[in-house]
Amino acid sequence: MKLNKLLTSTAIGVAVALGSVAANAKELTVVSWGGAYTKSQVEAYHKPFIAKTGAKINSEDYNGGIAEIKAQVEAGNVTWDIVDVELSDAIRACDEGLLETIDHASLPAGADGTPATDDFLAGTLYDCAVANIVWSTIYAYDSSKIADGPKTMADFFDLQKFPGKRGLRKGAKVNLEFALIADGVPASEVYDVLGTPEGVDRAFAKLDTIKSEVVWWEAGAQPPQMLADGEVTMTTAYNGRIFNAVAGEGKPFEIVWDGQIYDLDLWVIPKGAKNLDTAMEFLKFSTATEQLAAQASYISYGPARKSSAPLVGKYHNKDIDMGPQMPTNPANLANAAQSDFEFWADNADQLNERFNAWLAN
Amino acid sequence: MSFIDKCKTRGFAALIIATLLFLLYTQSFAGMLGFLIIFGIPYFAMNDLPAYASTQDKIGKYIFLAVCTCIFIFLILPILIIIPLSFNAEPYFSFTEGMMALDPSAYSTRWYQDIWRFGMTAPDGDEGWWTDMWNNATWIRAMRNSFFLAIVSTLLATGFGTLAALGLSRPEMPFRSAITSLLISPMIVPLVITATGMFFFYGGTMQGIIPGYEKGLANTYLGLTLAHATLGVPFVIITVTATLSGFDRSLIRASEGLGANGWTTFTKVIMPLITPGMISGALFAFITSLDEVVAVIFLADVDQRTIPRQMFSGLREQISPTILAVATILVVMSIILLTTVELLRRRSERLRGLSPG
Amino acid sequence: MSKSEAPLLAADGMPLKEKLARTTRRMKMRAFLLTVPLVLFLLVSFVLPIGQMLYRSFHNPTGSNVVPNFAVAIKDWDADQGIPSDDIVKILVEDMAAARKNREVGKTIGNLATRVNYEIPGSRSLFTKTARRAGRITEGPYFDALVKIDKRWDSPHLWRTLQRVTNDYTIAFYLAATDRKFDESGSIVQADELYRIYLPILWKTIWISALITALCFIIAYPVSYLLSTLPLRTSNLLMILVLLPFWTSLLVRTSAWIAMLQKSGIINNILVYLGIIADESRIQMIYNITGTVISMVHILLPFMILPLYSVMKTIPPSYMRAARSMGASGTYAFTKVYFPQTIPGIAAGTLLVFILAIGYYITPALVGGSDGLLISNLIADHIKKTLNWSLGAALGTILLVVVLVFYWIYNKLVGVDNLKFG
Repeated sequence: MKLNKLLTSTAIGVAVALGSVAANAKELTVVSWGGAYTKSQVEAYHKPFIAKTGAKINSEDYNGGIAEIKAQVEAGNVTWDIVDVELSDAIRACDEGLLETIDHASLPAGADGTPATDDFLAGTLYDCAVANIVWSTIYAYDSSKIADGPKTMADFFDLQKFPGKRGLRKGAKVNLEFALIADGVPASEVYDVLGTPEGVDRAFAKLDTIKSEVVWWEAGAQPPQMLADGEVTMTTAYNGRIFNAVAGEGKPFEIVWDGQIYDLDLWVIPKGAKNLDTAMEFLKFSTATEQLAAQASYISYGPARKSSAPLVGKYHNKDIDMGPQMPTNPANLANAAQSDFEFWADNADQLNERFNAWLAN
Repeated sequence: MSFIDKCKTRGFAALIIATLLFLLYTQSFAGMLGFLIIFGIPYFAMNDLPAYASTQDKIGKYIFLAVCTCIFIFLILPILIIIPLSFNAEPYFSFTEGMMALDPSAYSTRWYQDIWRFGMTAPDGDEGWWTDMWNNATWIRAMRNSFFLAIVSTLLATGFGTLAALGLSRPEMPFRSAITSLLISPMIVPLVITATGMFFFYGGTMQGIIPGYEKGLANTYLGLTLAHATLGVPFVIITVTATLSGFDRSLIRASEGLGANGWTTFTKVIMPLITPGMISGALFAFITSLDEVVAVIFLADVDQRTIPRQMFSGLREQISPTILAVATILVVMSIILLTTVELLRRRSERLRGLSPG
Repeated sequence: MSKSEAPLLAADGMPLKEKLARTTRRMKMRAFLLTVPLVLFLLVSFVLPIGQMLYRSFHNPTGSNVVPNFAVAIKDWDADQGIPSDDIVKILVEDMAAARKNREVGKTIGNLATRVNYEIPGSRSLFTKTARRAGRITEGPYFDALVKIDKRWDSPHLWRTLQRVTNDYTIAFYLAATDRKFDESGSIVQADELYRIYLPILWKTIWISALITALCFIIAYPVSYLLSTLPLRTSNLLMILVLLPFWTSLLVRTSAWIAMLQKSGIINNILVYLGIIADESRIQMIYNITGTVISMVHILLPFMILPLYSVMKTIPPSYMRAARSMGASGTYAFTKVYFPQTIPGIAAGTLLVFILAIGYYITPALVGGSDGLLISNLIADHIKKTLNWSLGAALGTILLVVVLVFYWIYNKLVGVDNLKFG
């Protein structure tokens, strides 16, 4: 296999020549959702971590899902060291043995000395995952274009009262919940209804009423852009993205919290990560009280630790209180539900199939 | 009829009057220009029809030429339109008012600067600027990857491909049809299927087979090179066999008859004649690799992203005119490659004594 | 000429016939050997990967990997009994308890849960939940213990499915790929209408490809005719207009069409400018099927023009003139004399465009929006997103078969050696 050798050595030679010089310093590949969200993590986690340890961090963007993690782990070629994932994905990846387990006792205690297991909010620590923030899917509109804006989830589905295009994330998740809430189901009962075949039919029937006006988005950075370009009148979005368009770029966007579905983002470490120790160190560092609170000053996502809450102050360079912007702010929770990971772990395959069939027709 | 003569006819007067009427009606110079192109070009392209041609024939021919003009515009306009758009000062994919009014301030080269600035740690820093750009700028990295892959995979595809084409074009080649079908099939099989197969095979099955690649070929330059070489093979085969099909085999016998050995015949007679075909084949393989994105989506991670891969995510997630700036550069490159191939083709035809294009 | 018993001899004394045969064989061998390196290369880089994908579409060992002993025990069980004997249930409980501790990729309880969930939607949590408690079941009757954990275990359908799932060879993914499934009694039925997606999309893909082919043909025919009748110098010049798009990156052309067709794009601007449509009723021409068709026609057009042109170039213009001079009308001469001679080019162009269109991925993914998705996009989705790799492989196999059928027809009608560019 002379040729193979030749090829191999050529490929290696050129790859080395092209690639950046790999130093002996610690390296870490951190994967997250991009845009304003990654930026907030860079400010609150990456920069202090680099300052403290001298590590080199490669930041990568992705659009969620566990496909890449699975491919890397199964190929035994893991290039991602630590990944920011949604809860249902974290659970599924952990079930399938794709993640390293995390010892909760090794997490740093809260600033007030509370052990980590008590300091983290209920339901934020898992065998393979540690939550960093609470985020939410809401809908938003451009207040400079609609004078007397929508107030409820039902308004989002009301084309008579508020004509114009709607932006929705492409997929069944969250959209079905929104549809039921708009149809009069209280947020707290939404998964009970969705668990029945009639409930699913009802949700799709409600989605039918706006189908012709929907523009679908996939990346979190898209909805604020679609609103800004006037491509849609209102759109569902991740609340932090809208907040940052308002606080950072002065866009006249307004968030409607009614019917919001909140969820967790968690750190997971793919099994066989090349820089496992550094990844663990980064995980512990970034989920400490201070760092979680610091992130909240760059984007309006709620920290997963109780001890971080009192430290949450104002937006990093403007006089805006972050508290009321958080999904977990009591006023925002009036009609809200937490995304049910078990429901989606069970039903995502089937409901997405139906969703795709529905889209294609 | 010469151009001048054509301008003196009644038909030309009719064309001018029609154009002016159109201008009066739409009040738009741009519209008038379009009208003039669609109806003027056929007018000048009309040849003298044979004497038996009826008026009906003439009208038919005129409409035919107008339709063809529209089709050529359809073919070429989208490609040309991105060139001015890439100089947009605004972050949009459309012409702004200022651009239409030819206001210089509506144009800018900022998206071209973005090509090397985007992704740099310190785009305005002085120290180590070049290293920073070379290592960190997203598009620069994509270009490095693209060209590295294209060059290596082209060499592979052209080497193997030319050899095989020499075999295929021999009259005594056994199983010619079956083998040709196999060698062309990478072009026929949908890319998604090829890429899926490679995704499983290179990533999983190849684990521990090649020394130095114990973890398989997914996310490696070697894996991508193999994939791109595979996709380039059909183009090399097609072009080189086409060159060889017009090859006069008596030249070989003549050479042998004059006492040349096999090697001399190959280097002095065969090579000069097939080189143009080989180079066009190589260019085809090169452009195929440069343009390929599906295999890259399936087989590469961020470190190996190529230009089209970068454009793909750009178009999906955050459309910015930087894509158009890159596209413009690629169009210029296509023009250069196309010119080369055309010149080579004519040279090859001249050498083989065919029509002097 | 005298009849001779002795065979003709060559200079070295060998019978001429034998010598000829030997030389021919050697020449054949030499020609064949030249192709061997490439054939071997493609075998490894291309044929084997696709073969392995085909295998994956009906071979899925998840079940027997996770619960190996149960897979053996349930193999010969008669599914019509409803619920297996407690011995078999015991083996499952033990296997699940063991799998719960297993963190090896591909052998965890989560893998089994995912696999069963494809066949019985909503059963995922049943397995993860049961596995968590399986270690605590220490004595029989095991079946009752399972039902105590979750009453869904008391279902013949579930056990029947488990037996199927623990068999490494399965047609389940081909059923799913054709909108079919096993029902409660184990017979094959059509999926519920609201969940049927793959066959409709496959038909749609074929239909759209046919439409694109037809449009390409209608557009390419006059242009090719013009090119073939013009003097060589002019036609070479115009040919550049055809070849430039051909040489331009697919991504460039797709971006160009986004710029042309979007709501604030050039076409809409022109229409508004000319007063044909109002500013607020701009037409949605991209991110839907229209955008997909327009861009794909543009992208595939050269593949139609080139073969048509190369055939038309060989038709002498004197044939048409002869027909006309003998009194045929223009239309008659065209349909009876010219058109029939171009049929080889038409066959080559249409088949090639159709074959290429049917497997297209990039353009629909970028400009297809929600209703412009084709079968390739669904395959990529299953490989890259939902991770139902076996279903992706099954869909890929079906698409591959369709393409190969048309490739075979192409080979019969046109011959692959007649493929040319420019």
